[in-house]
Amino acid sequence: MEHLSKRVKVLEKKPMTLAERAYLPAIFQGLSITMQHFFRAATKKQITIRYPEETRPFSPVFRGLHVLKRDEAGRERCTACGLCAVACPAEAITMVAGERKKGEENLYREEKYAVSYEINMLRCIFCGLCEEACPKAAVYLQADKMAPPRFERDEFIYGKDRLVEPVTPDNRSKRGIQLTPEQAEKLRAQLA
Amino acid sequence: MDFPPLAWQGVVVLVVFGVSLLIATYSTYAERVIAAFLQDRVGPDRAGPFGLLQPLADAVKLFTKEEFFPAGANRALFVFGPCLAMVTALMSSAVIPFGNVLQFGETAIHLQGIEINVGMLYVFGMVSLGVYGIMIGGWASNNKFSLLGAIRAASQNISYEIAMGLALIAVLMMSGTLSLREITFQQSSDASFVWQDIFNWNVMKQPLGFVIFIVCAFAETNRTPFDLPECETELIGGYHTEYSSMKMGLYLFAEYINVFVASAVMSVLYFGGFNFPFQSELRNWLVSSQGLELVTASNIITIMGLVGLFAKIFGFIFFFMWVRWTLPRFRYDQLMRLGWTILIPLAIFNIMLTGGLITFGVIK
Repeated sequence: MEHLSKRVKVLEKKPMTLAERAYLPAIFQGLSITMQHFFRAATKKQITIRYPEETRPFSPVFRGLHVLKRDEAGRERCTACGLCAVACPAEAITMVAGERKKGEENLYREEKYAVSYEINMLRCIFCGLCEEACPKAAVYLQADKMAPPRFERDEFIYGKDRLVEPVTPDNRSKRGIQLTPEQAEKLRAQLA
Repeated sequence: MDFPPLAWQGVVVLVVFGVSLLIATYSTYAERVIAAFLQDRVGPDRAGPFGLLQPLADAVKLFTKEEFFPAGANRALFVFGPCLAMVTALMSSAVIPFGNVLQFGETAIHLQGIEINVGMLYVFGMVSLGVYGIMIGGWASNNKFSLLGAIRAASQNISYEIAMGLALIAVLMMSGTLSLREITFQQSSDASFVWQDIFNWNVMKQPLGFVIFIVCAFAETNRTPFDLPECETELIGGYHTEYSSMKMGLYLFAEYINVFVASAVMSVLYFGGFNFPFQSELRNWLVSSQGLELVTASNIITIMGLVGLFAKIFGFIFFFMWVRWTLPRFRYDQLMRLGWTILIPLAIFNIMLTGGLITFGVIK
């Protein structure tokens, strides 16, 4: 038979030697190998990652949980243009736009802002297209956080309370709707 | 405190019973940790410090699981099987001499459940009875896989008991007694030669017999590489396929107790039991240099011997687990060929060799 390459090895079937037939040397060889592993596991650090306490490092380009960014002055960048919702292939993003009132300039950067902004994490495929579509550099997928598992489906619908970068009680929100200054005052009193 | 000697023996029996159960319990934990370490893993470490409470968690789980009886199973025998396996496993540890005598004034406590002059035969009888537990459980399950596993267990145990018994005969030819206590005493030595104790151990005189014995012990306890009765790839779970909850737990427990007993028997028969090197020198030193009474010194030696025997036993248990996580399972025909065509002729050769050496006075 012609061989395709020169790397072919001809297998010789030799009769087993006495040591091989006795099987005991092979057993001891195997036992010594497992014992080496035993001491390696007992003395060095194991490769096992004890998950809840330890986590693997994320890749720097990992696309995880979304965040709605604020600008340098702590104002929400999002202007509720809806481009992210349009770009989303999974149709996971919904939002309600509202007009900024007088006196809210320190809360919202633009005259129009998102009254509610929801992302359904069960629909989201974490493709990052919303991030690319955003003209205001408001939505980002964090590289170090994942959407954690939950028991109820509606807990996966993330509103503004869980998406917007937290700053102070003034900027806390309830069920995705940004608090008015009076509500924020009340909350601050409650927290105090 | 006035306590009759028989009552003390009762206490010893209870302690032996408790220790057997405790060792079996923690064997489950040790098996998992050793398996993990041999495979570069961590093993159970969640329940308590280093996972030491894991056996308790397992016990709670097993006790609270549903009692399940398969349709068409013989209910009485289905319950009787695991009970028999457990009872016979526990009974065999009664005659193991765990230590010499502890002397407190008038009372002498023998660290042994019961001393009978046919101790070795008793252990063999109990181990042989253990196969009935497996057989009955497998048959009562009304399941082909269980039955096949049980039949395998029975034939395997019977085959390897022959070689085991033949290996033992060589030891008995030298000792001239079946009493485990006597066999232990014969392995001690009061000679001044320091390593004499170790050279008096039977493993030095019976190396071949010991190898045969330990291979057979693996087969008798249904441990890898001879765990064909519970061979998952062919028989699902073997004889305990249909078992759940604590009845399953009893089978697993019985296996670990059998491992403990097999380790203890091997330590006593071949590794000098509760003897340890330099024991007579140590006793003499305690009496002459430290000024202790002979009784106190003997008690100290006895306790050290007890610890030493348990160290040997744990060593063997570790070896059982080490082998389990190293070697793959034998095929059934290989198992039978090894038993009948290799081990039994070797054991007979060993008997003839021993007989010849005794005749020519090389060993006694």
